[in-house]
Amino acid sequence: MGLLMPDFGLFFWMLLSFSCLLLIMKRFAWGPILKALSERENSIEEALKSAELAKEEMTRLQTGNEKILKDAILEREKIVKEARDLKESIIRDAKVEAIVEANKVLENARAAIEFERIAAIADIKNLIANFSVEIAGKILKEKLGDEKLQKELVKDYIDQININ
Amino acid sequence: MRVTKLFTLLLILLMVCSSLLRANDETTGKNSEAPEKFNVGKLIFEHIKDGYEWHIFKVGQTHVSIQLPVLVYSTHSGFHAFMSGNFHHGEEMYDNFKIAKEGKYEGKVVEILADGSELKPWDFSITKNVTSLLLSIVFILWVFLSIAKRYSENYARAPKGIQSFIEPVILFIRDDIARPSLGAKNYERFLPFLLTIFFFIFINNLLGLVPFFPGGANLTGNISVTLVLALFTFTITTINGTSDYWMHIINAPGIPWWLKLPFPLMPIVELLGVFTKPFVLTIRLFANITAGHIVALAFYCLIFIFAEFSSVASVGVSVISVAFTIFMSILELLVAFIQAYVFTLLSAIYFSMALEKHEKHAELH
Repeated sequence: MGLLMPDFGLFFWMLLSFSCLLLIMKRFAWGPILKALSERENSIEEALKSAELAKEEMTRLQTGNEKILKDAILEREKIVKEARDLKESIIRDAKVEAIVEANKVLENARAAIEFERIAAIADIKNLIANFSVEIAGKILKEKLGDEKLQKELVKDYIDQININ
Repeated sequence: MRVTKLFTLLLILLMVCSSLLRANDETTGKNSEAPEKFNVGKLIFEHIKDGYEWHIFKVGQTHVSIQLPVLVYSTHSGFHAFMSGNFHHGEEMYDNFKIAKEGKYEGKVVEILADGSELKPWDFSITKNVTSLLLSIVFILWVFLSIAKRYSENYARAPKGIQSFIEPVILFIRDDIARPSLGAKNYERFLPFLLTIFFFIFINNLLGLVPFFPGGANLTGNISVTLVLALFTFTITTINGTSDYWMHIINAPGIPWWLKLPFPLMPIVELLGVFTKPFVLTIRLFANITAGHIVALAFYCLIFIFAEFSSVASVGVSVISVAFTIFMSILELLVAFIQAYVFTLLSAIYFSMALEKHEKHAELH
């Protein structure tokens, strides 16, 4: 059977050319092709992975932003509340202080008035005494020659003057 | 763009070959004789077998074929190189050489010695199949080197043109043949070989289906070619065989001792298995492709068989024949892929057997 018998010439050329084909393809075709394919796969995989990471980062940032916003609102409310409290306390303190101050002023005024009054009364007493002495002198000059009697009489009069 | 390039290439090739074309009408002398009886077997085998010239067509009694170089080394008269046209389609003798018409060396170049006996020289002729082989290798290199250039320019670029057809096939071989059979650790080492045999067989199977030049040579249906391919698989398997692989052959686990000891039956069977694997690879590819060609040709021949009885019958039969041949050709397209796939897959499996470690035996047997 001619078909089933390997032919030397074809066998020889096939062995030679297929070996060359194998070597050339391995070195110049499959090397770059397989390398490029695996590189492409890696880069796609990496791109997908980084996209996933970016998405995660995005949601993380979003929730972070929300939290910051919420915190800011809370903070604002707190500050406003604090300010209001502060205002109220300042007003209250001011009131208290004003009352205290007013009282003090009043007290001082009262003291001054009292002092003035006492001084005035003393003055008046002195004046009265002087007037009385003068009056008495005049009276006594006219009525009394006896100085001793005069003095007793004066004393009686003065005591009768009830000062307040 | 790529397609025009391909056509230009083919055109140049045809032009080169046409200078070698030889129209031969010396057989016209036979015209006066009664027309030869149509011989189906002869026609089919002429198409399937290798030849010293590439027959293209025949107009009337004029053959148009491409002359191919005949390179022979004779132990008797040394080295000879001449064009096959000198044989005038095997009709004449040239320089004491002729194509044997019968006997042991039928269809081969033989040297006629002085005493009239035939001597078979060492035949390195660039026959039809060798030409087809070289053309297909040029084609494969052209396609894959240009693709490789595109890949190395920018790996991230989307595949384009023929690249987008070949890339899924490469990925298929890598992800569905090499990796599952050989494992993630080893597959890269064998991938270049697996890819090369796959594309070599696939492209040559397809070229064999093209009925005219530069296709039509039954290359992958030639046992010498499939034998070389199987020898590559065999050599790689043998070189990569681990000690476990050889131990398995000498002392297969899980087999009763009496099958091994007084008479080493199992070791012999296992050792035979080492050689039957490449043998089966050789025969399977050769038989499948050759059978496909024979069936397709046989359907065509029906037309001419019936033509000998009546032309009406032949027209009627031609409709059926053409339909069947189209069906066969489509089937052969499928077979072209399947046989390339099977050869590659089996090679990968044989490599994995050579690489396997002991733990795996239990699940494999």
